[in-house]
Amino acid sequence: MFAAFIACEKKQDSTNTGNNNTTPKSGDTIKIGEYGSLTGEKATFGQSTKKGIELAQEEINKAGGLLGKQVEIIVEDTRGLPQESTTVVQKLIDKDKVIAVLGEVASTNSLAGGAVCQEKQVPMITPSSTNADVTKIGDQIFRVCFVDDFQGEVMAKFAANTLKVKKIAILRDNGSDYSKGLSNFFEQTFKKLGGEIIAIESFQDKDSDFSAQLTKLKGLKPEALYVPGYYTQAGQIAQQARKNGITVPIMGGDGWDSQTLFDIGKDALNGCYISNHYTIEDPDPDVQKFITSFKAKFGETPDALAALAYDAAKIMFDSIKRAGSTDKKAIRDAIAQTKDFKGVTGVITIGANRDAVKSAVILEIQDGKYKFKESVKPDNAPVASTETAPATTPEIKAVAIK
Amino acid sequence: MELFLQQLINGIVQGSIYALIALGYTMVYGVLRLINFAHGDVFMLGAFIGFYTANLLGISQPSVGALILVMTVSMAGSAAVGLVIERFAYRPVRKFSRLTSLITAIGVSLLLEYAAQFVFGATPKSFPTIFETQNISLFGNVTISNDSILIIIVSIFLMVMLNLIVFKTKLGKAMRAVSFNLDVAKLMGINTDFIIAFTFALGSALAAAAGILYSVHFTKIDPLMGLLIGLKAFVAAVLGGIGNITGAVLGGLLLGIAEIMVSGYISSSYKDVFAFLILILVLIVKPAGLLGSAAQEKV
Repeated sequence: MFAAFIACEKKQDSTNTGNNNTTPKSGDTIKIGEYGSLTGEKATFGQSTKKGIELAQEEINKAGGLLGKQVEIIVEDTRGLPQESTTVVQKLIDKDKVIAVLGEVASTNSLAGGAVCQEKQVPMITPSSTNADVTKIGDQIFRVCFVDDFQGEVMAKFAANTLKVKKIAILRDNGSDYSKGLSNFFEQTFKKLGGEIIAIESFQDKDSDFSAQLTKLKGLKPEALYVPGYYTQAGQIAQQARKNGITVPIMGGDGWDSQTLFDIGKDALNGCYISNHYTIEDPDPDVQKFITSFKAKFGETPDALAALAYDAAKIMFDSIKRAGSTDKKAIRDAIAQTKDFKGVTGVITIGANRDAVKSAVILEIQDGKYKFKESVKPDNAPVASTETAPATTPEIKAVAIK
Repeated sequence: MELFLQQLINGIVQGSIYALIALGYTMVYGVLRLINFAHGDVFMLGAFIGFYTANLLGISQPSVGALILVMTVSMAGSAAVGLVIERFAYRPVRKFSRLTSLITAIGVSLLLEYAAQFVFGATPKSFPTIFETQNISLFGNVTISNDSILIIIVSIFLMVMLNLIVFKTKLGKAMRAVSFNLDVAKLMGINTDFIIAFTFALGSALAAAAGILYSVHFTKIDPLMGLLIGLKAFVAAVLGGIGNITGAVLGGLLLGIAEIMVSGYISSSYKDVFAFLILILVLIVKPAGLLGSAAQEKV
């Protein structure tokens, strides 16, 4: 009995440390819930996200809070499990009476937690779940990252407008929805822009030998390759393509983003391009300010997940401010009306299907490092470029800076 | 035509790797009638021993000497692992039914895979560059890389050496005797424990050689790399006639070429379908495999 009491008290303690409670009286704060994988296999996802949100919270509270009150973030650990996500979101809403929820990273967990938010009519923003189904749960669920399919579109625009290539071959993983999604939308957009997809070849999850496909593609003489896959195989494909005598640029998506890519692909990756959510090399002053503050607070460089979490929190705060009250329905409507919000991961507008309409960045790989190339807006030509490409007029550049 | 020749070369390279692993399978089976499912994982261990050897020695300049050194250490290390597996996993159950050995083999395989994930980590690693790869133009646009040539030469060389050991040496004669009848061999004064241990060591060394060549060619290693390729090599061994050394090489080449041709001309999604279809068809027509026959003396 006594032991149980102690255990209970301990638990209370740990919840409090996670709260980042800035004001003691809970009645005077605006309570927002956050659920994430702080421990478990995907712990780095949750930790990065928590740091991003924490920084946003600190900034808003220093600036006087929201509606005259301080913002309180109540953090719950999902241990990376969907069933746990359901439980903690229920707790956040029923016990802690949060007015809105932030989380999760993994789409599976956002689907589980999102269902609870939808049922209880509490608005939720996921910073980084890219699966299309997440926002289809219902009208309470939003996201601030782009959807998988959008990346394909972005790369197609980059290939057609900046690289100015006309004939592209695709090599994709037929067993992965991510890879197929990117590939299909790339094909659609690229054809619309007047390009030609000369071949679509496939590989499988466990393949290490891509010589048959690459030999075939080499014979067709593409001007670029599009390989929407994950980093391990992407690195190997780049290596084997160069060995095979294919020298054209290879393009990929955020699935390439890992140190392992460079370990495996090495020099073969020079001159390859990927689409991603954000880059620390982005010269934009807001992005650089975010990176500096983040480094000062946590002593590390923010990754894409931290940046997305920061943006999610800021959009949430901005929406509450615009709603002018803590009424959940008013907040939901305000989130839905988010338009041209300037975040560190781009200018974000919440679209009709509650997905973020925003730009993606294109990065060039050079000697094991990413070089910021340009950011691509969803419905226009490239809007910003570090290089003075002839296609980019100063006028268009100004749009990007705004 | 050029495209076809290039794909044929790709197929031969892929097939040679299958052949190298199939050699070890077929030899152990020939002597013990045991399908050593852990063979593909010894292949993986060979690659990892090579990885750590190259890194510990700090090999920064690729050279033929570096390759030979890394390969020798890896083959010796894997032979030792093979001996340990034989001594502690297979020998204690040898007197029981064959099924017991088979289940033990599966157990050893899983043990190696998951122990490797625990020790080395599940993240794929990049194999250090110990051998400078170059493209050699054969004719027209048909090219072959020098590491591919190496793979083909080594697999042919090892096949010839194995044949010599098995058919021309006294040790080989003892191996064949053990294969023919273990108890009678024992009665004739053959140290069967030694012969079996030797067979395992030799088979494991072959797997390690394949592991190193594979890693040089494909540059990526991970603890589960032996799983699928081990299975394919097993198919190759059965295709060629399990227990037959030349058959293992033939089976490996056939499987490799078939896979590449299906990937190159149809779709990579169907390559496994075709690989196993060939296996089934061959086994319907020739149940003992291409070169295997019920009457032939097997090793």
